Amino acid sequence: MKELNELNFPDDVRYAESHEWARSDGDRVKVGISDYAQDQLGDIVFIELPEVGDTLDKGEEFGTVESVKAVSELYLPVAGEVVAINDTLEDAPEKVNNSPYGDGWMIEIKAENPSEMDDLLGNDAYLATLKG
Amino acid sequence: MTAMRYLPHTPEDIAAMLEAVEIESLEGLFAHIPENCRRKEALKIPEYLTEWELNDHMDTLAGSMAVSPEYKIFMGAGSYEHHTPSAVSFLLGRSEFVTAYTPYQPEVSQGTLQAIYEYQTLTSRLLGMEVANASQWDGASALAEAMLMAIRISRKKAVAVSSAIHPLYRRVLETYFEPTDFEIRELSYLSDGTTDLSPLKDMDDLGAVAVQSPNFLGCMENLGDIAQTLEGQKVLLVVCFSEPLAYGLYKSPGQCGADIACGEGQSLGIPRLFGGPALGMFATKMKYVRNMPGRLVGETVDLEGKRGHVLTLSTREQHIRREKATSNICTNNSLCALAAVMYMATLGGSGFKKLAQLNYDKTEYLKNALARAGFKLPFRQATFNEFVVKFPTGFKKTYRRLLKKKIIAGLPLVGFYPELKDHYLLCVTETITKADMDALIQEIEK
Repeated sequence: MKELNELNFPDDVRYAESHEWARSDGDRVKVGISDYAQDQLGDIVFIELPEVGDTLDKGEEFGTVESVKAVSELYLPVAGEVVAINDTLEDAPEKVNNSPYGDGWMIEIKAENPSEMDDLLGNDAYLATLKG
Repeated sequence: MTAMRYLPHTPEDIAAMLEAVEIESLEGLFAHIPENCRRKEALKIPEYLTEWELNDHMDTLAGSMAVSPEYKIFMGAGSYEHHTPSAVSFLLGRSEFVTAYTPYQPEVSQGTLQAIYEYQTLTSRLLGMEVANASQWDGASALAEAMLMAIRISRKKAVAVSSAIHPLYRRVLETYFEPTDFEIRELSYLSDGTTDLSPLKDMDDLGAVAVQSPNFLGCMENLGDIAQTLEGQKVLLVVCFSEPLAYGLYKSPGQCGADIACGEGQSLGIPRLFGGPALGMFATKMKYVRNMPGRLVGETVDLEGKRGHVLTLSTREQHIRREKATSNICTNNSLCALAAVMYMATLGGSGFKKLAQLNYDKTEYLKNALARAGFKLPFRQATFNEFVVKFPTGFKKTYRRLLKKKIIAGLPLVGFYPELKDHYLLCVTETITKADMDALIQEIEK
């Protein structure tokens, strides 16, 4: 596992305390897990995602991520309808390890209320929670 | 306390252990249980017997049952009399295999893990599926788990179940579903003995359709037709069975398009013992493996590149993810699974086919003989080693007379299907001879 200062927390996404990130573009929001989360999990071997068309609440479980060490639930940072899933992760789950904010994105949702993004943490505030 | 050889602890052992935990007597171990919850007087059980007295007692109990070879049993209905090659009994009795528990630790369990892996491989081949688990308790629980799995995959809340599935399997399924909000819809059977699929077209909210083939009435379901009916819909086809030997002759569930194949494996080298043990066989397609219940052994290599076996995909199981597990059962019926794999390997592919053909041919002989003797075979669909006969009203008396002559003339179906009065389910396996069948006909005609 890496030290916190070796991890990457870009400022173009917002973070949930449960370690998901969200990047908005109008009412479309892409969701993935943070560099810290992927580093803690270790080699990711399987990701279970919802189906396009599913409507989920904020904080609701939208999938699971399984690594060689653990299985963790994924929680949706903002409510909405799933409009796309990254189905390349089925065959290449390691993308989440290699590029958590890029190729390793997980789902895209049409946010019910885009202002929910404001409730999430900025990169500095998120890093502060990690430092505890 | 009488020190018996079954009890591993001597009075000295017990005294030493009590001393270590600083308690004076065994009674002290239960001191934390409230007085009013404790039984004061001793259990009312008989005194122990000597070994020879116990043997006598067991012989008397055994003598009160009708078992082969003393009785000629023309009854299957989910439990089948087959000859078990001596090699199977010998291998199965080896101490390396006779253990009550399944292996967690690959470092010390390679033999058992490999044997389970071979069981999974042969089960997959027999059922025509891509992956099989390490086994479930029995055919009934395998069916129930299959339906829960189909609900997880389809995300629907209703399943359709053929009434020609073993009635006891359906009862277990109902028990599993009772506390859930999932719905079971029954599909009745047609006059040819197969399941009526016509109601399916009006059910657009189904997650799965389950049929048994050969079904409880002995009839082969038209699995290909069912698969075709369901094609393009998100409805899983669950094919259940109680006599897997049939797939030595007939197409396997997988060949017919089943998404899940599940059922009872008792007929593969497991004796018919009073009530058990049984073997739940369970197989599916690779794309559904993460939703499959039960243990799964996989193949891998160790640090030196040598082949080895380990439990795999354990994240499906409740010791890793309790509330998210695919099943609340997190073990397998290992010894029975080993009996089945030894049995299948001993027969081999061609032996299995020959044995299936022999069962079929003998059954056809009895069907023809009964038809010639004027008895009605109400279902015209093809059968394997079981079929239904309608005897004349009042056959009950004949049935009892035959029983006195140590012939069991099938299973009366009226208890399970009230509309099938005077209908009996008969079974013929390789252990029944032509002379046995001729004797049965002769006695019935008297």
